[in-house]
Amino acid sequence: MVILYILTFVCLIISWMISKNKTIRALNIAWKRFYKILPAFGFMVVVVAIVLPLIPPEYIARTLGQNNRWLGMIIGTGIGSISMMPGFIAFPLGGVLVSKGVPYMVISGFTTSLMMVGILTFPVEKQYLGTKPAIIRNSVSLLIALIVAVITGIAFGELIL
Amino acid sequence: MKRTIIISLAFIVFILISWLLEFNIGIDMGKSFLEFALSLIKIVPFAFILIGLFEVWVKKETVEKHLGEGSRIKGYFWAIVLASTTVGGLFVALPVGAALTRKGARLGLVLVYLSASAVCRLPMTLFEASFLGVKFTIIRYLVSIPLIIITSEFMAKLMPELKVREN
Repeated sequence: MVILYILTFVCLIISWMISKNKTIRALNIAWKRFYKILPAFGFMVVVVAIVLPLIPPEYIARTLGQNNRWLGMIIGTGIGSISMMPGFIAFPLGGVLVSKGVPYMVISGFTTSLMMVGILTFPVEKQYLGTKPAIIRNSVSLLIALIVAVITGIAFGELIL
Repeated sequence: MKRTIIISLAFIVFILISWLLEFNIGIDMGKSFLEFALSLIKIVPFAFILIGLFEVWVKKETVEKHLGEGSRIKGYFWAIVLASTTVGGLFVALPVGAALTRKGARLGLVLVYLSASAVCRLPMTLFEASFLGVKFTIIRYLVSIPLIIITSEFMAKLMPELKVREN
């Protein structure tokens, strides 16, 4: 995070020293693009704020640990698609669950869809891609998450072909 | 804009009422709103400033050469390298994707970049490997990246008119 601030600051200063005009133009562009997308961001933040407290990490941990591997994988992928969680919470959670005997393929489905599929971020994605392409992209990502999970299962000997 | 304002107002009223009545889930929603909004404010405005500088300073030819129609295998390499260094996930990747599109990057590679930015974030990967093992991480990379490239190219063929941009 700090790197981002330093990078932005240094780039701005260098840009300013080379050309004031161009820097002002850059800030104008930044503001214009930001302002345009702000309503979608606002809408998304409200949606996320409403949905996330309904699926707390404890609930996710309990659900992932309960089922057989196939069902667990599908449920895990489903929860991962809806939920949003920073990596520094999701991966330690996955580590704990694995040590409790939850199959790797369940965790894989969960973390991969958590990263790739964004149902809650859809309002923002729709704004950039349009509704249909955003739906297609997320469906394809969901499929990829399931494939990753199954191959993880095979690689860890949880699925025998 | 209007819809957002109405929804936001309704939400604020709901949170205030929850707070007054000590309705727990409503209070949690208020907290998660502040938390999430703050985490975005910490990243997104800076990302947009960098995007603005990118649009002013980077030549169209440079992007076209590396990520445009003529780029070959190397295009995937650059798209993925760029993705792995993108902080902030989709919220940053989408505006960056739009900026790349304006500079002449081709759709297939922009789609690779968007998906790869979800999967290949460097700091996150280190975290993942330390908690779930290197094998877990390697499998995820080896399986997801080829699939991302194949499906992105396929989507680009399927929807050639698609342009990533602020609508």
